This record gives sequence, structure tokens and C-alpha cells, in this order.
Amino acid sequence: MHKNYMKLKIPSYSSNESFARAAVAAFCAQLNPTIEEISDIKTVVSEAVTNAIIHGYENSVGEVIIECRIKKDLIEIIIEDFGVGIPNVKRAREPLYTSKPELERSGMGFTVMETFMDELVILSEKGIGTKIILRKIIGLKKEK
Amino acid sequence: MNLKIYDNGQELFVKFSGELDHHTATEARKKIDRKYKNNNFKNIVMDFEKLDFIDSSGIGFIIGRYKAAKTRDGKLEIQNANNKVIRILNMSGITKLINCK
Repeated sequence: MHKNYMKLKIPSYSSNESFARAAVAAFCAQLNPTIEEISDIKTVVSEAVTNAIIHGYENSVGEVIIECRIKKDLIEIIIEDFGVGIPNVKRAREPLYTSKPELERSGMGFTVMETFMDELVILSEKGIGTKIILRKIIGLKKEK
Repeated sequence: MNLKIYDNGQELFVKFSGELDHHTATEARKKIDRKYKNNNFKNIVMDFEKLDFIDSSGIGFIIGRYKAAKTRDGKLEIQNANNKVIRILNMSGITKLINCK
């Protein structure tokens, strides 16, 4: 049983990027994260939602679903789109790789997600969509 | 995102306040590039004192302006970034390319 959860559905407008990361950060506040942990969560949500908007839906508008689940000190964030999918997940995870260099993409999105979270799972199927699962234990640093 | 763009005839200064992500970078890019292209500045100075957030889209935007300055033999400098922003800049490796004060 999950202790607490939330689910958001937003259209893939870039103006929703700031709302998405602020909403997830506000939900996570109940775990009493440090400023650094909140900053990490905001950044990774921004990365995943931006990917859904730019790469998942390219120039069209679709829906992005953001789910958060809290289980003890674990936060699980799921970001899902129903866009084009990632043709090669292994390559997409490589630092500095971008499929859209013409858009000034840094190719750091998945590297940021991997660095700031404890676990990153990428599920993607061509023509069906992409689901990103991010997990992080809050308070790890405080105990040390 | 709020931008203040000004110059001293030789350098272009940009003061950022708010959050630099994919959405706000698109607008910032247009404004800065218009000013830069229509003048003969070499160097660009970005003041991040009031910048609260940056992600990899913001990094892509910074690299884009760094390249623009480089084609004119100019430099890009970043000033006053807070710890949250510095962490992302360091992670991306751009602090090795760009002077951060």
C-alpha cells in the first residue's frame, strides 16, 4: 500500500514545465527534504517533462501524466507521454547525445536524472510513448 | 523569467531573474540574439544573481551563446550564480569552458 500519491494531467505546453516541477516539489515537501533534495527533484522533473514536450510530442500537443507516490522515505515519480517513443534508449542515455542538436539541446537530460536520483527506469515504445520512472530516498544524507 | 539587457558599447550584459528552462530559454534566446546580431559586441556577460533555477535546457542555451561569442573571438562570462545553479553548471562541465565569477 502506498501511503500517499498524486496524479496530474497537463497538455504538453512548454509553459507548463515550471508548474510541473513546482507541483512535484510541493508534494514532496511532506518528506522534509533538504533544500538540495528539493532542488534535485525540481531539476529531474523539468528534464523529464521537457523531454516529453520536445521529443515525445515534437511539434504537436498531447498529454503528459505526472504521478508521485510516497512510501516511507521513498519518492517515486512517473512521467508519461503518448508520443513518438525513443528509437534507441541506450543511445539516448549517453551523456551529450541529442537527437535535436539544431535546437541547442545539451544532451544532458538523462545524465541529470541519473545523477540526482537513486534510480532511473526508461520504458519506451515506438509510436506508443515513453514512461520515465524516477526513484529517490529522501534523507539519506542526513543519516550519514 | 525577466531579462535586463544592456551594453557599454563593447560588451553585452544580460541580467536574468527567475527560472531558465526550455520555455524561458526560447524567449531569452530570441531577445539576446537579436541584440547581439545587430551590434558589434564581442563579449557577453550573464548575471545569474537572481536566477533561481536552471536545467539542461538552460545549459544548452548557455552553450549556444558561448558559441556565438566564439565566432566573433569573444568570450562569455557568468557572474553571481547561486549554489543551486553552480551545481548544475559544474555537473554539465561548462565551467571548464566558461569563466564563472
